[in-house]
Amino acid sequence: MNDHLALSDDILMKIEKPERYIGHEVNSVVKDKDQVKVRFAMCFPDVYEIGMSHLGIQILYDMFNTMEDVWCERVYSPWLDLDAIMRRERIPLFALESQDPVKAFDFLGITIQYEMCYTNILQVLDLAQIPLTAEERGEDCPIVIGGGPCTYNPEPLADFFDIFYIGEGETQYRNLIDLYERCREERTGREEFLRRAAKLPGMYVPRFYEVNYNRDGTIQSFAPVEEGIPAVIRKEIEMNVTDTYYPMKPIVPFIKITQDRVVLEIQRGCIRGCRFCQAGQLYRPVRERDAERLKQYALEMLRNTGHEEISLSSLSSSDYSRLPELIDFLIEECRRQHVNISLPSLRIDAFSLDVMSKVQDVKKSSLTFAPEAGSQRLRNVINKGLTEEAILKGSALAFEGGWTRVKLYFMLGLPTETPEDIRGIAELSNKIASVFFETVPKEKRVNGRVQIVASTSFFVPKPFTPFQWAAQCTKEEFLDKAYQTRTAISEQLNQKSIKYNWHEADASVMEGVLARGDRRLSEVIRRVYEKGSFYDAWSEYYDNGRWLETIEECGLSVNFYTHRERPVDEILPWDFIDCGVTKEFLVREWEKARREETSENCKLKCQGCGAARFGGGICFEPRVN
Amino acid sequence: MKLRIKFRKFGSLRFIGHLDVMRFFQKAIRRAGIDVKYTTGFSPHQVMSFAAPLGVGLTSNGEYMDIEVNSMGSCQDVMERLNQACVPGIEVISVKVLPEKAGNAMASVAAASYTVRFRKGREPAADMAAVLPGFLAKEHIMVTKETKKGSREVDLRPGIYQLEWRDNAFTMLVDASSGGNIKPVQIIEALLAGCGEGLQENALLITREEVYSHMETEELPHLVPLDEIGFVQ
Repeated sequence: MNDHLALSDDILMKIEKPERYIGHEVNSVVKDKDQVKVRFAMCFPDVYEIGMSHLGIQILYDMFNTMEDVWCERVYSPWLDLDAIMRRERIPLFALESQDPVKAFDFLGITIQYEMCYTNILQVLDLAQIPLTAEERGEDCPIVIGGGPCTYNPEPLADFFDIFYIGEGETQYRNLIDLYERCREERTGREEFLRRAAKLPGMYVPRFYEVNYNRDGTIQSFAPVEEGIPAVIRKEIEMNVTDTYYPMKPIVPFIKITQDRVVLEIQRGCIRGCRFCQAGQLYRPVRERDAERLKQYALEMLRNTGHEEISLSSLSSSDYSRLPELIDFLIEECRRQHVNISLPSLRIDAFSLDVMSKVQDVKKSSLTFAPEAGSQRLRNVINKGLTEEAILKGSALAFEGGWTRVKLYFMLGLPTETPEDIRGIAELSNKIASVFFETVPKEKRVNGRVQIVASTSFFVPKPFTPFQWAAQCTKEEFLDKAYQTRTAISEQLNQKSIKYNWHEADASVMEGVLARGDRRLSEVIRRVYEKGSFYDAWSEYYDNGRWLETIEECGLSVNFYTHRERPVDEILPWDFIDCGVTKEFLVREWEKARREETSENCKLKCQGCGAARFGGGICFEPRVN
Repeated sequence: MKLRIKFRKFGSLRFIGHLDVMRFFQKAIRRAGIDVKYTTGFSPHQVMSFAAPLGVGLTSNGEYMDIEVNSMGSCQDVMERLNQACVPGIEVISVKVLPEKAGNAMASVAAASYTVRFRKGREPAADMAAVLPGFLAKEHIMVTKETKKGSREVDLRPGIYQLEWRDNAFTMLVDASSGGNIKPVQIIEALLAGCGEGLQENALLITREEVYSHMETEELPHLVPLDEIGFVQ
């Protein structure tokens, strides 16, 4: 047993939750470092409890560790208390399993899941004592490689990464590791390895590309600077999701983490095509995992972890074709084994209510709808195929079944939104409350009332969505819309049954800057970090003033990135990435949105998005009509 | 059927807090495939009771938990299965069946024994062997105990059943009942205060060796390790 810890007892006794830093968890993988050729540090740049909850990392950790020549270990952002100590005492950031410094590894892989973690990436590099920019890194530094949804516009982070892996990790890592081993044998040096890596499918190596700007700040050209470097990088995708890697022995942390359960990914992608949703476009086409295999996985993972809860994961579980069969199986097994089932992202209908009443305590749980917009007009604009009728019918069924709490999720600031659409949020909430009073007779009302919680978030346009050209609201516009919503709710007959929550607007604007930003933002991110910002995703540590001031210092403008509607012929920073969905399709959808026209989902009718070129998934299944 | 399980906690796992050790065993018991009894209701949980919480940073050779099972093989089998489901740093060292009427682990705790050493470089100036007899000869050892409600004076002396200094380590047997629990650090602090010294930060390496219960049948107070109450099946 390796009892060497990177941190001294004095430090571990002083900090919050030392368990975040000592490794040793059940199912964590320890190998003999002299017996492997490549050491890979896999990082989620946020606190342990968040990072450990991420399924993607568990999948890749499992994949790498099935490779005999590779040892993959984990790294997370140290919390602020330890961060301060590590800086003061110059303790290098270490990987959990071996407790060895990350700077001695061959690779540092960083998953980039949301924009507000960008400064944490710099924290990790800095604490690891690895130069922040790729340019400054020498032969002895790990190759810093990024993956995850934010790499579909990697440009704001271009300075900090040696490679971005665009797409799903299952397909190309073996080839990349082989190339690395070969280059090491040939002693080609770092630069040559990166040059060869840039020619592998899915690999974007920013140093081999050059951007020129127009005087108005838009992009004039974006092109490789060397012969043989691809001009367009197509995302990697695993078409056989059934026979690929899946972690049968996920790590079981000692401390309670956000996702303290077995997670079963039932499918990738989504048929729905909501126009605001980035995941719905990035992960096309929909690919289902085989139900028989999933049943077997569920049992094995429960046995290997001892978890007391299992959850299904997908963008829209109700669309999984063999859901009833899978759920029946799980209900049966889980009852026998005293395991709870949690079912997120189910559409509320008779089937799902029946299932939910079997797996949860109706009195304690709440029902969730995500209409996203208050009016049918705006729901058509965003192509959210949820009607008021369906919501009210679902609510009535639920109230009859004993539920008394309803959660509603909306977005403010969607393209074409009017004051009427905003009022629609209040009116819909009110109608749901009325349905309760109409459906449930007085004597049957528990506590006498219904509780409706309406929450709004602010819309942030994302790359590779039909709204990638749309203008984002300013902070003032956002707050005004939240105020309008609150006022409208207070005017409703059932206002006492409705609670309204809204988010801070500052971070949504900054998220918008980073989401659709270009390479020039690397300088901003670096300076903001050097001034002391990280954990920006945690509102209590987010310093908006510092971001605004730094953007100005760098001669850039928030409104240029957010508040401007882009013409469809503008070169976008992420245009060199091919995510499968064509620009023509996105333009078509953007125009339909403005005409308030909806598009049918993939199961009903192919919209010709372009994802069929991957040769599988929903694109090749018979339509249901 | 009630089982009393004794385990060690050592190495890096000394940093795992008490509640997380409970969570660890809930999952380990499931991995081990033990037919543990669950409470009824909408959120059933395992019937489980821990003896005395162990502070973060302490190691132990004598931790206890009780569980209830519907069925089982031999005690040896339960122990082997559990150890296969554990990680280095937690080791089950005995499994015994409790008599029907035995009180649960938590309620049974009367005393605990510890080995306490000073970390290198944080030893006191005073000679412990020399000052210990005088300390133990005192009728009262008053210390201030900080509680949530404020601070109050408590007398440690009646709860120190045994205290020795040998081979550069203290061995002690002290009150660990819910009413009079004494932490080893309180004793060492009081001892050093008597020599005009303060205890340096994080100066002690503490191992809990055993947890005891009162044998109720005896007329005189008689301490026995918690696992002497059960029997091997």
